[in-house]
Amino acid sequence: MRYRITHRTTYTYDSPVTVSHYLARLAPRSLPSQACPWHEIIISPDPGERAARTDYFGNGTVYFEIEGAHKKLEVVSRSLVEITPSTPPDPAASPSWELVRDACRADELNPATTASEFIFASPLITPEKIFADYAKHSFPAMRPVLAGVCDLNSRIHRDFIFDPAATDVATPIERVFEKRRGVCQDFAQVMIACLRSIGLPARYVSGYLETMPPLGTVKLVGADASHAWVSVWCGEELGWTDADPTNNLLPSSRHITVAWGRDFNDVSPLRGITIGAGKPELSVGVDVLPEGAL
Amino acid sequence: MQQFLATTPTNSSPAASNPLERSLLSGYRPDPGVYDEMMERSGELRPHWKIFGQMLTQHAAPDLRGRHETIQRMLRDHGVTYNIYDDASGTVRPWALDLMPFIVSPADSRKIAAGLSQRARLLNLVLADIYGAQRLLSEGKLPPSLIFSNRGFLRPVHGITPPGGKFLVTMGTDLVRDANGAWMVLADRTQAPSGKGYTLENRIILSNIFPDEFSACRVQRLAGFFETERESFRALAPSRRGTPSVVLHSPGPYNETYFEHAFKARYLGFPLVEGGDLTVRDRRVHLKTLEGLRRVDVIVRRVDDTFCDPLELRSDALLGVPGLVEAWRSGNVSIVNGLGTGVIETPAMHPFLPGLCRHLLGEELLLPSVPTWWCGQKRELQMVLSNPERWVVKPAFARGTREPIFIAQTDARTRAELLEQIRAKPHNWVAQEVLNLSTTPTFVDGALQPRSLVWRTFTNASGNNCTVMQGGLTRVSPASRGLVVTMQSGGISKDTWVLTDGEVEQTTLLPSQPVVIRPARPPGGVPSRVADHLFWLGRYAERLEQTVRVLRTMLQRLTGEGSELQSRELKACMKLLEALKLDPETTKSHDFNSIRSMARKIVEDPKKEGGIRDLLIRVRFNAAAARDRLSDDTWRLLNRLERDAKLSTKQWFVPDALAMLDSLVLDLAAFSGMQMENMTRGHGWRFLEIGRRLERALGVFTLAGAAITSADESVLTPMLEIGDSSMTYRRLHFARPLLAPVLDLLMLNETNPRSAAFQLLVLGRQVAQLQQSPGATFSASEKELTDALQSDLASLNLAALSEFNEESRDFVTNLCDRLCVNLEKLSDRLSGHYFSHAARREH
Repeated sequence: MRYRITHRTTYTYDSPVTVSHYLARLAPRSLPSQACPWHEIIISPDPGERAARTDYFGNGTVYFEIEGAHKKLEVVSRSLVEITPSTPPDPAASPSWELVRDACRADELNPATTASEFIFASPLITPEKIFADYAKHSFPAMRPVLAGVCDLNSRIHRDFIFDPAATDVATPIERVFEKRRGVCQDFAQVMIACLRSIGLPARYVSGYLETMPPLGTVKLVGADASHAWVSVWCGEELGWTDADPTNNLLPSSRHITVAWGRDFNDVSPLRGITIGAGKPELSVGVDVLPEGAL
Repeated sequence: MQQFLATTPTNSSPAASNPLERSLLSGYRPDPGVYDEMMERSGELRPHWKIFGQMLTQHAAPDLRGRHETIQRMLRDHGVTYNIYDDASGTVRPWALDLMPFIVSPADSRKIAAGLSQRARLLNLVLADIYGAQRLLSEGKLPPSLIFSNRGFLRPVHGITPPGGKFLVTMGTDLVRDANGAWMVLADRTQAPSGKGYTLENRIILSNIFPDEFSACRVQRLAGFFETERESFRALAPSRRGTPSVVLHSPGPYNETYFEHAFKARYLGFPLVEGGDLTVRDRRVHLKTLEGLRRVDVIVRRVDDTFCDPLELRSDALLGVPGLVEAWRSGNVSIVNGLGTGVIETPAMHPFLPGLCRHLLGEELLLPSVPTWWCGQKRELQMVLSNPERWVVKPAFARGTREPIFIAQTDARTRAELLEQIRAKPHNWVAQEVLNLSTTPTFVDGALQPRSLVWRTFTNASGNNCTVMQGGLTRVSPASRGLVVTMQSGGISKDTWVLTDGEVEQTTLLPSQPVVIRPARPPGGVPSRVADHLFWLGRYAERLEQTVRVLRTMLQRLTGEGSELQSRELKACMKLLEALKLDPETTKSHDFNSIRSMARKIVEDPKKEGGIRDLLIRVRFNAAAARDRLSDDTWRLLNRLERDAKLSTKQWFVPDALAMLDSLVLDLAAFSGMQMENMTRGHGWRFLEIGRRLERALGVFTLAGAAITSADESVLTPMLEIGDSSMTYRRLHFARPLLAPVLDLLMLNETNPRSAAFQLLVLGRQVAQLQQSPGATFSASEKELTDALQSDLASLNLAALSEFNEESRDFVTNLCDRLCVNLEKLSDRLSGHYFSHAARREH
């Protein structure tokens, strides 16, 4: 599948901002099943120099500053992405979750202990007993890890209500867990908290969903903005495997990966600090169109 | 500043047989199970204590007590404080310094210096690996989980090579000595070690208290270390263009060690800045000054690294500078210490250092750490859980949030909960053995008592050779059975005398001025924030003076016989207080008792807005925030002001209050005299002056407006007293106060330095000066405003005021109101032009 992606972010300030600093993570990653032959970011007003690099987690980031009074900032990211569809692995064939958990605990760096980066607390996600208690129902003794993940994925989908009015980006996951309401970011972070609380490495993935589904298929939730899901370490053979609790599925060809990290804080698509202005108004629009659809 | 000991000095040990029967020393009895720094088990003085010990016996006990009191006075005068975050009584607490120095032998100091240099080299290599190739993790020399679970590991820093090459430039190391006499490291301070400023202050005081002992003992000097450090910071400047500009980045006056930030900044000659003073443009750091942006080459930070940049680090980091990480990554600014150095501050690193030292340096670790176990490892966790009474445990990564816990001393429930917490998140905990720390004599209640000690040493690791400070900050436990030695928990500090068996290095100084180093080059421009604080310092100091004068004038009329005139004047004074919004609710009843209790509230109640205590707090806050711009004498005066504002008796007795107000008037006069005579006429001074003049003019107009409204001539005498113009009036007019001449003197007479016209004249002149400064983004509107104020005031027609009629009254009242409004407008415009940087600051 080839997708044309346009991601437009607009900040409108109520009084002119004289200087502001931004960090963008908007470039789709290059992965075995995903290629990104074209990507550009158009910024207005023009920031002049930009500094592009790859961050600790391998995500493409761009740093820029805007100097001179402005009341509006627009950042448009355009990408062309090719996805090689893959069949999700067979859950029953994955190793037991205890085996995966214990393999992360070695005292030297190897592929499994590298994953152990994602079992500890991160700025927005602190493993706690309440999450472990919830997760345990999906992980009885010796269950294959991916089977447990699929079960947890469905339970969160079933137990939590998608409700954009219930939370905002600053709502702590404990509150989301208590209210059982939220959006894709909340569900992903709750699921990560559950997995980490029982010792399984889990990371936060941000990206996009196909906007216009082909005839005969259902439009996925979260398609009009950035989407978020989870990736779980399933042992050396399977490696990192994605799960989308918002849509209760294991992603194959309709998810486009942009960045991953420990939680939203590590991957937010556009982070900005302005000085002297009131609260900015934010609007975001995402279009993901299969090539040839127009 | 951490940690523990468990010593129980006994009083049953046999009297030492030494030749110093008469002295203090004969009563000193350390616990025989503990290593004492001064006394051998036999009761002999250790060799390096002999000279000091013998000289000490020359002093009679009362003499020592006198010296002890001198120390307290000097600490007060120098304003040495240590802020305690959760102290309800306010943020400022005096620093505690003991009369007795802690003395280190030349042999010990050589060994320790070698150990610390090695440690600095080692830690720098470890940091470079953690933020680089991470070979130590892949080769199993350091458990990956120790880094991954470590809050000090800053992922945005990974891959950065610090400009200047080193992460760790300035290192603090806490040392303790065990019962066998071996020194070991209790804790590493690798972010922004505090204590150097206090060390210097302690030295200044103690070398003055014991000048003869100080030179006889051949104590190594501190100044050389500071000189090295200053040069090393300068040398870190990434580009070689002109004089490197170095700033000291402080979290601000609420920080526990703010005294030291200001002290160090002045001592080293670097401007003291807060996050809002700095801005990143084109990935370069600049200081916002009144003259525009100035490039910054080196930031010496006293802010924890996670709070340094809200863009890439903690997003709630209001103390930080957006874009700082990127500027550092680009090599455009050096930061001391580098960001991310907090990762090795954890005691969980201790057990791995001997192996790392062999691996990275091919050497044995010279200075061992206190035996430590990190519970993030299976075997270690089992060991701790199976025999918990043996251990003292503390959080591995959350520095300073919890004191160490001696498991043996906890009750069953606490212990069960604690062990449950450790089991749930073992990587968050370390365990250490309970040590018997060495003791050193401390002057308590007129006698010497053994107290456990922790010695913070300082190392500069900038060059190829490390420099270790020949001294440091020693802290002792507050109680003889104290388990924790920290300044937060009320510890006492000591000057540390490192002796030499060679010559004392004389690069510097006389014993009486042990720390003078050559003056720094003139500092750069005035940061906008500092100008802001100086402006408000001027305003609040002036408002305080007005309030004191009004109160004094009123209280004077509470004494005596209570004549008819007096009571009318008293009533008039109440009107003036009302105009100053100082207590409208009680002005209705004019009996002495309610007036007295109202006055008491204004004098004593810190919650009374605009009261003396409230204004003092505001004066102190703004002075503290601009502290590196104020001289020591000015600071001493501010301290005296606060001392004088306290009534010594619990009873409220009007003559006491009057005496107190009198001394406040004098202190404030000295303060403004200091400003006029001793401050360089830069923009800093200018804003202090503008603030003062603006506030005084406001005061005159407010009081004049109120006086006119009251339509009663009995207000005139109090007005003249408040305006300090009674003498002048009498000399000019030889008559009882009349409305027109009084107003002329207080409002229009440009030769009277207390008149409104005089204030406006000065304001106009100073505002014009701002306009002429190069590079200032000046708008003409302030000058237009002061011109308008002056011509408005000139419209006052005194001929029409020879009597109180309604028309003339309305005219003057309206004029005064209008002038007040325009003065506030001027204040706002100045703030808008010169001070606006972050969100509007509250004053």
